[in-house]
This record gives sequence, structure tokens and C-alpha cells, in this order.
Amino acid sequence: MGGGIALASFFPAWAKPVSSGIAAPLPTVSGEDIKLTIARQSVMIDGKTFRAIGVNGTVPAPLIRLREGQRVRLHVHNQLNEDSSIHWHGLLVPPQYDGVPGVSFPGIRPGGTYLYEFDVKQNGTYWYHSHSGLQEQEGHYGPIVIDPAGTDPVQYDREHVIVLADHSPLSPAAIFRRLKANPGHFNFQRQTLSGLLGGRDQPLKERLDWGKMRMDPADISDVTGSTYTFLVNGYGPEDNWTALFKPGERVRLRVINASAMTTFNVRIPGLSLQIVQADGQNVMPVDVDEFQIGVAETYDVIVRPTADLAYTFVGESVDRSGMARATLAPRPGMRAAVPALRKRPLATMKDMGMDMPGMGGMDMKDREGDPTGEQNASASLATAAAVAGSAMAMGSASEPSAAADMSGMDHSSMAGMDHGGMAGMDGASGMADHSGHQMGSMNMRDFGNAPQVKRDPGVQTISPMPVDRMGDRGQGLQDVGHRVLVYTDLIALERNPDVRAPSRSLDIHLTGNMERFMWSFDGRKMSDVHEPIPFTEGERVRVNLINDSMMAHPIHIHGHFFELVTGHGDRAPRKHTVIVQPGGIATWDFTADAVGDWAFHCHLLYHMHAGMMRVVSVRPKGDAA
Amino acid sequence: MSTLRTALITAATLGLSVPAWAQDHSMDNMPGMEMPAPKKAAPKKAKASPAKPKRATPAPVEKPPAPAALPAAPEVDHSKMNHGPTSDAVMDHGTMGEMPMPAAEGEAAPEGMAMSGTALPAGSAPPPPVPTDRYADRQFPSDEMARAHAEMMKESGGLNFGAALLNIAEYQAHRGRDGYRWDGEAWYGGDINRLWIKSEGEGELRRGLDSGDVQLLYSHAIDPYFNLQAGVRQDIGPLPRRTYATVGFEGLAPGMFEVEGAVFLSNKGEVIGRLEGYYDQRITQRLVFQPRVELNLSAQDIPEIAIGSGLSNVELGARLRYEIKRQFAPYIGVSYYRKLGDTASYARARGEDVHATSFVAGVRFWF
Repeated sequence: MGGGIALASFFPAWAKPVSSGIAAPLPTVSGEDIKLTIARQSVMIDGKTFRAIGVNGTVPAPLIRLREGQRVRLHVHNQLNEDSSIHWHGLLVPPQYDGVPGVSFPGIRPGGTYLYEFDVKQNGTYWYHSHSGLQEQEGHYGPIVIDPAGTDPVQYDREHVIVLADHSPLSPAAIFRRLKANPGHFNFQRQTLSGLLGGRDQPLKERLDWGKMRMDPADISDVTGSTYTFLVNGYGPEDNWTALFKPGERVRLRVINASAMTTFNVRIPGLSLQIVQADGQNVMPVDVDEFQIGVAETYDVIVRPTADLAYTFVGESVDRSGMARATLAPRPGMRAAVPALRKRPLATMKDMGMDMPGMGGMDMKDREGDPTGEQNASASLATAAAVAGSAMAMGSASEPSAAADMSGMDHSSMAGMDHGGMAGMDGASGMADHSGHQMGSMNMRDFGNAPQVKRDPGVQTISPMPVDRMGDRGQGLQDVGHRVLVYTDLIALERNPDVRAPSRSLDIHLTGNMERFMWSFDGRKMSDVHEPIPFTEGERVRVNLINDSMMAHPIHIHGHFFELVTGHGDRAPRKHTVIVQPGGIATWDFTADAVGDWAFHCHLLYHMHAGMMRVVSVRPKGDAA
Repeated sequence: MSTLRTALITAATLGLSVPAWAQDHSMDNMPGMEMPAPKKAAPKKAKASPAKPKRATPAPVEKPPAPAALPAAPEVDHSKMNHGPTSDAVMDHGTMGEMPMPAAEGEAAPEGMAMSGTALPAGSAPPPPVPTDRYADRQFPSDEMARAHAEMMKESGGLNFGAALLNIAEYQAHRGRDGYRWDGEAWYGGDINRLWIKSEGEGELRRGLDSGDVQLLYSHAIDPYFNLQAGVRQDIGPLPRRTYATVGFEGLAPGMFEVEGAVFLSNKGEVIGRLEGYYDQRITQRLVFQPRVELNLSAQDIPEIAIGSGLSNVELGARLRYEIKRQFAPYIGVSYYRKLGDTASYARARGEDVHATSFVAGVRFWF
């Protein structure tokens, strides 16, 4: 079992003002009967005490360690004075044990206990969290690891579970209300006059164009480091949670993004990251230097530190307003250089669903970052050595050609090639005609481009020309000069279980209004729609998620895995959650094989809370009542 | 329209799929590629309509380079495998738009190209009927489910919330007659329908309130940026006071200008109007310059309250605030106020100032 969780060299670092690293293992529960108690508690993060909701007295909730093929009985007791629940994210369970109040069961009343009982039919890295209200933001989340029944195709000497999260001193209800009252409330990296005069960010013409469209390209994250501290296993960047290893070991990191709202860009300067699993499903190993992990996704990564050195695990929030930080070290107390937070990205025209050659944002990389932009306390961890060192390790961002030399996988130049090719294509190129358009002249809200979307104040824009962005790097990673994971890199290790052609396809538009903080599917909020999206048991359907908004959305379906349609045939990567890039399309096939009603939603907590959710129903043929 | 989109996406998907087996496609030959895939594969899509989807022929799929031993699995050559498809997809996309659809008919799938799984095109089977029951009602008491369902719906977009903003709350210093001024609003409700309260007014320190009003409005979102608002307005200044019925708008105009306007019909049958707008120019993340304009208009002379027809007064402001917190921002600024036309004449007759320039200091806050 690969060494289990780190060594037991626990020491009480809580009391120290500057932690030299906390090598605390995650509390673990296992066996056939597991008791979990949900209750309010306090937590200490970077030396400060906060209120939280924990399970069995810990935040994150204890690691649930299971074995494929076992049966498990989870007795969940709710000691809150409100309803609660647990959803086993990524686990294939009967609908009554899926844990979504109002969809799969009535929820767990205050003082009540609910028994979840099911066979464990899979292995891999998963997680669990509350599906009631906004409890997840308050700490009600934890990791699940299921060891395979047979030999694990992934070999490793040691493993660490890394649960990424975001924590705010504000109550989640207060966060939501602020977003409704002032959607830019948490963004302290907006474009300013200082930036304009300093030659940063967009030039005046673009600012005016974006202003005309009433869009803010600096709106990368709704909730940012201005209120969030980003956590690793419940510890803040100052706490410096530490994962131990012996030089030469193959160390498996099971990275889980249990955040409410934060997409992380993860890297460990000095170490190559070999991706071996995504969302609990084994993939062909892919070596990268950095990967983006959306809320609710998991990635298992093999690292092979050979030197007797410490390394910094960096989970930088996508808007660069802060970082989650941990250390990989041979001994407790060691620490490595911490790289500076990079400049925050700006949304481009492509993020608005206008993929046109030579437009918007292409030459932005040296102009990004407002001089008055604010980042959270984690920015102060950056060490001068790291700044120099990371420039070396990462390659210079100003020299994208370096990347091409490295591995021949320079995406940005590829993209340039496509566009060039397109524009040059004879006659047939409809796209080429658009290249002359001024960006303001295109109708950003033409319902003719999405007839199924309700014409509603909640729909700010309709992507006029959305494209498949599964091969695109995540926001802010276009120009980093090293290897970055993209979805098209993922190839399932084993042939997909169902390789039939989809019998039909279904478009779902991801819609929203950033000015009103409204989020929906097809222009309709969950609260306005009582009809589920229907599927027949066993039917295989292709789902096109079309992002009509300028924000990335991690979309999750309960009770099922889907296969990404990314050009890998019957080796498509299987996932439970996929980021749909702004203005882009993500396509997946899935087999509706789990009878019941299931939640389907954006896993950004406040987007779901705003209505970006549906129920999908899977019924045997002829069962529809 | 949606079928066209579906076709486009299918085409893109097809494009994506091709290089999965043809992984040895070198990138060099892509720009000139003839893109046979979409044309040839398209017929499958047409055939796949029967409700019972055929199981894909267990094609002797050429697997991607199998990892002999995973741990060892050294350099997977993803540089070749992955990026090709992406660019193909984009290219196909572009071409498909122009491609006459019939061209796709009647061609067989390419020889030797075994397609399986996500490489296959989707059929066009109809969706099943929408069930009208809740599945969990079969497993749990339906009243408990109904309660939980109602709660879930409320928490997924159906909640009400509220906020209050005092954009102006300030002391105004001008030659011997220092005064105060406020302009604010509060609202409560859902995304589309809200109850609003607006109030604005001004006064002099020793003389008391010069003019002021409170409005109670029903607000309805009519587009992504604007709300239509209707209700009543009550003057709260010195007598004689009026009560008005009002209809107006409020929202964010192109260029990020906050604007509002309203027409008021008084209980004496008079009609007046008001237009207001401001712009927040961020100098830094916390230092914000706000130019603001307010115009009051009248359809007729109203001697009783000293308002003349036409544009009765204009107020120009420039305020510089520092957001200590987003909700709390002290500011300083200048405000210029001028009565115009007959309104100015009334003022002169009463010995009042027709115009005034004030230095102002206040706090903008919301909660």
C-alpha cells in the first residue's frame, strides 16, 4: 500500500508563530463500518482561529480509506442545528446514497443519523463533501482513497493526499450576498488608470471596447485571495504543511481540489509531474511541469525527488491573488524557496467565444498585471532566490520559443499556426471574413446563436463563435514557458467500458450574468425549472457544454463518469468533472446507466447556489411516469 | 439552427477523432491537410438514428502506444498525439460552416480506419419523455422529499437578499452656508423582482432640510443591465410637499456608466423628471474618481414649489474616494449646483442663490 500516509513524525507546530512545517498525517478512517459526525468546531489557520464545520473534529474531514470490492456502511451523524448531508464525489453509488438533499434523499436532519451503505465498485482518488447549503465552504469536505482490488498499475513507494481548499473568515452567506450586491467586490486586481498610464494590461482602445460591452476582462475569479486563504490539508501557506519523502522514492501525490470557488494552477518548481490519474481514473502517464485543477477535480501525480532537498508545492489560484503552499521534504523543518505569485491574466476575446485570428490578448503577456493589484498574505512568502530560481525552472515567459525547443509541444505557436492556416484557406474560409471585424461590432447576445437559451436578464452574453477548447491551456497558462497539462493530453489507461456511438447529442449552454451574479444552464436557474433533463437507462448520449460566459465552469454530473471527446476514441479519459473554458465548448459522451435522479451542476459553489444546476433523470425505457 | 450547431460540433468532434489513430500525423502536413474525415464519416451519423443504438463493431482498434509497465512509462509522446486534433477541430469547424451539407451523403467510412468510442459520430435519436415524478419518492416519504426539494430549489437560485448603498453622504462647505447632502438606495428581493427604496436630499446646517424625497419602488429586471422601476415618491422637504407616482429605469449603460432616470406625476397633476449618472474611474484598486451629474426637469411652472418648466437645475460633482474596505470609502470632492430658467428666476425673487460651488467631504458606504 505504498507506505501509507507520511511518517508519524507529528510535532505540535500550532503554537509557533512562524511554522517550520507541519508534517501531520491526515486522520484516517477505514473498514466496513465507519462513523462520521458532522459538527461545528474551530480551526486554526496560520495562527488564527476560525469557526468551521468539520467531520469527526477535523477539517478537512478524515481520509476515508476503502478497498475496491468491499462493502461499506457509513453512519453519518449530524450535530449541526441545520440539515446536512454527504455526497461521495465520484463514487458510483445507488441514488439514495448519493447525498443530495431534495434530489437523492431528504437530507440529514439536525441530530439525525443517516446510514449510507454500498458496494465499492471502483478505485482511485475521490472526495466527499456536504451538498447542503454552503456548508462545503465552511470546511465540510474530505478525501477518499480507494485501493484497487488487484495490483495498482501505478507504482509508488509513498503517497500523500493533498486536499486544496479556500477558506474565508466571512460566512458563506455573506460572501454570496456581497457577490449579488457588487459582483466585483472581491477583485483587487482590476484594471486601473495607474495601469493604463504605466503601460500595463489593456491599452486604452481595448479598455474602451470592453467597457462598451460592459465586460471586465480582469474578472477571472469571483471570490479571491482578498478574502480567501488557500489551504493544503487544512493548513495555510504560513503553516507550511509538509510531506516527507526519502530521496529516490516515487512519491504519489493525490491532489484533490475541494475548494468552493478556486481553480488552482499546481506546480512543484524543480520536479517534473507525471500525471497518472484524473478524477480517480488511471490515465497514460503524462509528464508536465504544471497543471490546472478545477474545483472538484482530482489528479494523481508521481514525483521522483532524487536529491536531499526540499521542494515547494505551489497551488496558485488562477487569478494569482494567492497561493496554497506546502513543502515536500526529506525531513520535517526543511523548506524550499517559494516562487512569487505571477501576474494575473486577463480574459481575451476567445474567452468571450470569439475565436478570431490576431485578435485580443495575443500580445498581452508582457502587459498583464495592474501595478496596484493586491494579493493575499501568501505573496509575502516569496523568496528572492525563488524568483530567480523559478525563472530558470519555468523558462522565461517572455521566450515562448524556449518551450518549442523543449519538447515540441508549444501550444501557443500551434494555435498561431491553426489560425494562419485557416485564414489562408482558399475560398471556403468563413472564419477569415471575420478577421476584419471590429470586436465591438459582433453581436454578443444573439439568441439566434443559441435558440434553446431563454431570453432572460440572467444571460449577459451568447458566445458568437464558441470553439472546442479541450486542447487549450487553462486561463493564465498560455504563455508560461513550460509543459502544461491540457485535457487532450489525457488518455485512458484502459479501453472505455462502453464504446458505442452516442444515439443522440444534447447541447447545454452555460449562461450567466456577471453584473447581476446570476448563473444558469440555458438561461434558466435551477429554481425556475422543475423538469429534469431526461435520459433512458443504458442510452449513450453526447453532451456539448457550450460556455456562453466569460468564466470557466467546472461541470459535474452525479452518478456517472463521462468520456471526454478529445480525439482518443475508445481510450477517452473518463471524468466526473470537467472545466469548460470561457467561451469554449467541452464535449463528452456518457452512458446513462444509473437509474435515478442525479444532480448536474457547476461545482463553483456560489454558481450552483445562484442556480447553475439541473436534475438529470435516468429511467428504464417506458418507466416515465 | 440548433441542428446546424450540432452538425458543426459533430464535425469538430469527428475532426478531433481522426488523429487519435493516425498519431503519426506529423504536424508539418496539417495545414495543407485535405480533411477527409468529416465528409466520409458523416453518413454514420445519418444512420445512427434508430432508437436502439448499435453496439460499435468491436473494431480492431489500434491502441495508443500501450504503456508496457506504467511506472516505467517514460516519455509518452504526447507532443504528437494531442495537439494535432485540436488544430484539426478548429480547421474543420471553419470549413464545415461553408461546406454544403449534402456533400456529406453517400460516402463510406474510410477503409482501415477503425472508429470506436468517442470517435464515433452521434446519432439523432429523440430524447425520452420528461418524467414527472421524483425518483427518490420511491425510496423516501414523499412529504419529506417535497420539503427537501423545495429547500434545494430555494438554495439553487431562489433566495432573496438585500443591500443598501449610500453613494453620497456628505458635508458641503460653501460660503457661509454649509450644508449636507445624501443620495442612496436600498433593495431587497430576488434576481428579477426587487423592492427598492431610494432617497436623496439636501439641507443647510441651521435652516434644516431644503429638499428631499423618498421613493418606494417595485423593480423588475428587463435586460442584463437595466431595471424598470415604478412606485411612489414622497417629498420630505419643507411644505408644501407633494406625493408622486413614478416610473423610471436604473442600470449600467455601455461604457460602464451607472445611470437612472424617472418621471414623476404629482398629486396636483404636475409632471417632473430626473436623470442621474455617474462613472467610477479606478485610479488604483482602492482610489476611485467619480464624476457625477444630476438633472431635474419639469413639464410646467410650479410656483408653489419654485420650479420652472424645462431644465430646472443641474448638479455636477467630482468625488475622489478611498475604499478602505469595498463597503466603506471616505471621500472628498467638489459639487457645483445651478438653477436654470424660470427656476432660477423664482430663486432670485426669493433672494436665494442660483448657483453654488461646494467642497464636499463624506463617506460612501454600502452593506
